[in-house]
Amino acid sequence: MAISDVLPSALTGAEQYVSAYRWMLLARRLEEKITSLYHAGKIVGGVYLGRGQEAFSAALGVSLRRRKDVFSPLIRDMAGRLAFGEPLLDPARTYLGSVLGPMRGRDGNIHRGRPAEGMPAMISHLGSMVSVVCGMLVARRFKGDVEAVGAACIGDGATSTGSFHEAVNLAAVEKLPLVIAVANNQFAYSTPTDRQFACADLVDRAIGYGIDGHRVDGTDLAECLEVFGRAVARARAGHGPQLVVGRLLRLTGHGAHDDANYVPEALKQTELGRDCLDRARQHLLDHGLATVAELEQWDREAVHDVQLAVATAQKDPVPEAAGEDWRALSSF
Amino acid sequence: MRTITYRQALNEAFDEEIQRDPNVFLIGEEVAEYDGAYKVTQGLWKKHGDKRVVDSPISESGFIGMAVGASMLGLRPVCELMFWSFYTVAWDQIANNAGMVRYMSGGLINCPIVIRGPANGGTNVGATHSHTPENIMATIPGLKVVCPATARDAKGLMKTAIRDNDPVMFMENTMLYGLEGEVPDPADGDFTIPLGVADLKREGGDVSLIAHGRSVLIALEAAEILSAEHGIECDVLDLRSIRPLDEEAILETVAKTSRVVLVDENKPFCGVSAQIAALIQEKAFDDLDAPVQRVCSIDAPAIYSPPVEKEQLPTARRVIDKVLSII
Repeated sequence: MAISDVLPSALTGAEQYVSAYRWMLLARRLEEKITSLYHAGKIVGGVYLGRGQEAFSAALGVSLRRRKDVFSPLIRDMAGRLAFGEPLLDPARTYLGSVLGPMRGRDGNIHRGRPAEGMPAMISHLGSMVSVVCGMLVARRFKGDVEAVGAACIGDGATSTGSFHEAVNLAAVEKLPLVIAVANNQFAYSTPTDRQFACADLVDRAIGYGIDGHRVDGTDLAECLEVFGRAVARARAGHGPQLVVGRLLRLTGHGAHDDANYVPEALKQTELGRDCLDRARQHLLDHGLATVAELEQWDREAVHDVQLAVATAQKDPVPEAAGEDWRALSSF
Repeated sequence: MRTITYRQALNEAFDEEIQRDPNVFLIGEEVAEYDGAYKVTQGLWKKHGDKRVVDSPISESGFIGMAVGASMLGLRPVCELMFWSFYTVAWDQIANNAGMVRYMSGGLINCPIVIRGPANGGTNVGATHSHTPENIMATIPGLKVVCPATARDAKGLMKTAIRDNDPVMFMENTMLYGLEGEVPDPADGDFTIPLGVADLKREGGDVSLIAHGRSVLIALEAAEILSAEHGIECDVLDLRSIRPLDEEAILETVAKTSRVVLVDENKPFCGVSAQIAALIQEKAFDDLDAPVQRVCSIDAPAIYSPPVEKEQLPTARRVIDKVLSII
């Protein structure tokens, strides 16, 4: 891997910014490749993309300590997953159904994780993962680890679920070191936020739960880094759950199958519609953090790494029905 | 041997397992300071404190989800549903998280949780509080299901359930909580009963009565009358766990008697006894001298009316009638 394996949270300032940018870039290039494989019929099921949300996701990933904290991604967190330490081969193998993937081909696309390293494999039902993260934090606290922070990623749509409410309320009662990262990307599949909730801003819900709330421009990497840095630090210091709501726009359909023709053109022209990757690239140039040549080099490296991972996964064996161990229980 | 109640037997199981394994904790509504809505956790909070016995908000989905997450990192949560009927509000966590996670994760993640509470009709608490969802739980390939009928079984099976590495759905019964039975003294050593081992609670060569949970007691009552009044001797086989299922014991008693009546508090449609009947016809067809009969709850939501509810559940009278119809 061309990218440094320094523990993300050990980085600060410019180094952290560059690190987060490169995870964003890698996620973007990987998802572009996965999308083309899907359209070519090489990937089945679904492909769910984080285009436009990479800054919000990567900023959270680099604000956590790998293997020590808990990071529970949702469907648009490729950047955060990579930043938290997921090897490129994991998504490549999971999407392509390799038996060598972390889920051994038993689950696909975004349903993958490395639980022993603090990244649970998500299930389908959105809000349900928040209480699972609460449980992982309870386990850490139970065993005397008072340092661990857990982050649960979620979208605006999932905040409407009952399980979201139960989990956040429970986390508040238990004063758990939980960061709830809500990417408000304006649409749940095709449903706009005005059909999803009636409050002025989702962050206002923090008051009702008795927890801290933070709002952030999800297209601005610097701001995301600052806000997540603060939220993670407050959770770690014992101030209980932190609700972070990022405002941004999903720059893609719900999945690769969806052309998102329901997203009004005018909305795309607002500040919400700015591409976080373009903004970050400009920031790097404006602040002298990278040269054009370096940016191009990083991009070439990202494309190379993605191609290598996908080529490897494409050569992998897939599970065979005859040899499958269908048993779902550990003992009988 | 000493006798204690079914409730005390469960309480002892929790107490012993909390002391034996520092990863065990109890969670649920009312379980700590109030000692449990049915007092099954009596005294445990006072003895073991906030860390090991935890009161939760009214959030079945929340605290069972939390238990799933905690179990992934090695804890052994025991979750109380005040009534098993409340599984419906936590179903996503039970079926999709607890039930699927081991297989879907390629075996990376185990989920050693116990979900427990009473699952029975017969106490006039109405349809929404009288579900017996052992059949529904057992249809999920990643869940185990246990239904003890006696104090002894309740203790021995609960201790095993807590130590098991899979999610165990443990179905108790409010009508059994106060019943006494012989349970080995803790001073005589660690007492456990393996899951998936049925128990022949009465021996007789004429008819097999196969049951689980409180229906075992109904079957025993019927067997007593059949013996005294009709000279018919019954095997009464207590399944004890639905998953894993002791197929061998079922086939053994069928081979011995050739006549079977299944006694099952489930509603008949897709009830546990439907599964047992399918198993018997598939694997012991040639052993049968009569069609497999079933006595289930009457196929309607549980009724509130005390005199009618008594008749809705399996009764010894109905079991006897079925037996007499195939002899």
